[in-house]
Amino acid sequence: MALTEQDVLAGLGKIVNEITGIPASEVTPEKSFVDDLDIDSLSMVEIAVAAQDEFGVEIPDDQLKHLKTVKDVIGFIQN
Amino acid sequence: MSTNRVRVVVTGLGATTPLGGDVASSWSALLAGRSGVRNLTADWVDLVPVRFAAEAAVDPSEVLPRPEARRLDRAEQFALIAARQAWIDAGTPKVDSERLGVVVGSGIGGITTVLSAYDTFKEKGWSRLSPFTVPMLMPNGAAGWIGLEFGATAGVHATVSACATGAESIGYGIEMIRSGRADVVVAGGTEAAIHPLNVGSFAAMRAMSTRNDEPQRASRPFDKNRDGFVLGEGSGIVVLESEEHAKARGARIYAVAAGVGYSADAHHIAQPEPTGAGIMLAMRRALANSGLAPEDVHHINAHATSTPAGDVVEASAVQQVIGTHPLITATKSMTGHLLGGAGGIESVFTILSLGERIVPATVNIDDLDDGVEVDIVRDEPRKLPQGQIAAINNSFGFGGHNVAVAFTTA
Repeated sequence: MALTEQDVLAGLGKIVNEITGIPASEVTPEKSFVDDLDIDSLSMVEIAVAAQDEFGVEIPDDQLKHLKTVKDVIGFIQN
Repeated sequence: MSTNRVRVVVTGLGATTPLGGDVASSWSALLAGRSGVRNLTADWVDLVPVRFAAEAAVDPSEVLPRPEARRLDRAEQFALIAARQAWIDAGTPKVDSERLGVVVGSGIGGITTVLSAYDTFKEKGWSRLSPFTVPMLMPNGAAGWIGLEFGATAGVHATVSACATGAESIGYGIEMIRSGRADVVVAGGTEAAIHPLNVGSFAAMRAMSTRNDEPQRASRPFDKNRDGFVLGEGSGIVVLESEEHAKARGARIYAVAAGVGYSADAHHIAQPEPTGAGIMLAMRRALANSGLAPEDVHHINAHATSTPAGDVVEASAVQQVIGTHPLITATKSMTGHLLGGAGGIESVFTILSLGERIVPATVNIDDLDDGVEVDIVRDEPRKLPQGQIAAINNSFGFGGHNVAVAFTTA
């Protein structure tokens, strides 16, 4: 069963909140992890690993560096 | 005494200890003679011969927000909590970041992180290691986080000298201000090492008390029947400041951080040198460095860990260098031994003793050991005299490190 954008967004919001303390409501598709949410590269690695566990999708390091916004990650997971 | 030197004062205190989550609760427990030692409830307790410890009264994960707590080792958590308390206590000083430094060390560093990360590595592989594993295990991690917290760019340092670490950090902080490198320094020590590997390893040295049937009576410095130290955890941090800077901003001054003396035994990697020569050298140097005479010193917070080998040597060294007049206490009888955190909390206690002119009693001395001919405060706290007086915090560590930090009344 394909995950909807809403499913992924909700899951991602929970993960970001758990790791960084940023409220899940602030994790919206157009936000950049670095520029808008002020998340550093170490925390991005944690988020990627948690997202792999949550959604069963592996995010290789060479892909991770291209995933700048929340929408980028949602798109990657859905595809 | 060099009179043209920058005077360093103490303007902030912070601590989280087995007696309380802050300075006030720890201090009132000390004065009441309460012990912070408790039975361990962890599932590993049957694997080791020691089934008690002085765990922190307030778990740091209850104080810090979860996202922050998960990227800090427990020793770093304690230090950051104590540093924030000290900073607020100092009135959140406005200081040029290039004039603000940090010196905070740990005896062992992030050992619980090392061990749990290795379990993760073996069970799940490298990719499941937290990307914060390295900053959590490095012994300078606490100093680094505190430097980030306050924006300290004058220099962030971590001294490592086992159980002398906290005192050495404060000494280094005093020197940092005196040398002109900083106006304000956040300094102290931290430790979080209550783990079966550490307990087992210290037990293998026969260094720990195994008084499992009476845990609160186990830490008994200077008592004839002492059988080893009790492991504690937590952190003590002070804000040091040049007197000029403190006065210019109208800060409350707890005490003058008058000076420090260091020495090394060069005798044995872990056993005290039996004549106390190194301890005496450190105390003599602390006096000289502070411009104090032995008769100025009215109180000593002793290192006294409750090991059979150490306490009497220290008492004899104090007697020879300072005399029999100071009121001596061993607060480890209540806090246990915080290793790298010991010099931090014990400097906080020494400063409070000077400020409030009262010395907490050492508990658990039923039968004072032969050769202890100094004035140990027992049973009830005792008052210090009025007037300008000095006190010394002694801290010694495996490796043969001896540190004596001298404070005087404000």
